[in-house]
Amino acid sequence: MSPSTRGQEFWGGVRDESPILLGVVPFGLIFGALAISSGLSAAAAQAMSSIVFAGSAQFIAAQLLGADSSGIVILMVVFVVNLRHALYSASVAPHVRALRPGWKMLLAYLLTDEAYAVMITHYNDKGPAQNRHWYALGAGLTLWTSWQVSTAVGIFIGAQIPRGWPLGFVLPITFIALVVPALRDAASVSAAVIAGALGLLAAGLPYKTGIIAAALVGILVGMLVEGRTK
Amino acid sequence: MNVWLVMALAGLLTYAIRLSFIAVLEKIAMPAWFRRALRFVPAAVLSAIIVPGLIDRGGIMDFSVRNPQIWSGIIAIAVAWFSRNVLLTIAAGMAALLVLQLLLG
Repeated sequence: MSPSTRGQEFWGGVRDESPILLGVVPFGLIFGALAISSGLSAAAAQAMSSIVFAGSAQFIAAQLLGADSSGIVILMVVFVVNLRHALYSASVAPHVRALRPGWKMLLAYLLTDEAYAVMITHYNDKGPAQNRHWYALGAGLTLWTSWQVSTAVGIFIGAQIPRGWPLGFVLPITFIALVVPALRDAASVSAAVIAGALGLLAAGLPYKTGIIAAALVGILVGMLVEGRTK
Repeated sequence: MNVWLVMALAGLLTYAIRLSFIAVLEKIAMPAWFRRALRFVPAAVLSAIIVPGLIDRGGIMDFSVRNPQIWSGIIAIAVAWFSRNVLLTIAAGMAALLVLQLLLG
């Protein structure tokens, strides 16, 4: 196979991120609407989508801001909810090691759940490894743009979004579409099953603190299974 | 604290988490076991979010067979497993939920 050009990689990232938008856009719409109904100004709601740029954390932060919670509490919650991104950072790090600092800073900003899942699948693919950061940029920018636009539309149409729409469900379905196709061996299936089961057991813990613990045990089990099968 | 200050700090915090290992790795070498572990990050983290998300209905954990989200999730997992198609999986999961919500009330 001949090496991919920057343009081919970039548009490849855009193409592979696009189906995810079916799950991301409703989430952004509902965020925009919820932020306004929590009492944030339109400017603050829109700015949060570009400054924080992290769906789940934004939902919680907007509600806490609306409820006049203390700033320290909000920051602690954002920290805990987004801590899983440190694992994403570690997993992308070896692939971007040789890039210029500007590229690293840009890709770190775009490292959301939905962009990460698409870019890491591509980084782990066999084949020519040139210009893969352009693919990551394409995937990240596609998600970023749709998140900004759907937030804006949500702010604008606000209360017209039907109340009965099961918001919480958009995210798990999107993640199923990202994770399940990548499960290719007993080790990764074990990691997913154990982390999922523990995630459920730990769901009572506040602010998703259980996710990190469940994921770490899942990773450990995946490594053990991999060790036995090799 | 002012809303804009909280937001700026929350953004910085989130960015620092995402940049952490990407920035540090230049200086330190990654041990072999750590590299092996990283392969399981997407499956483990996202699964730990998915499973509680299927049970959770508006903040209440609903384990009953009448929870349409559980069945829609199972359908989505099956579609994803066999088709390996992202768009088809999301569409099937959402369609299943809309239908099952009507059926299971």
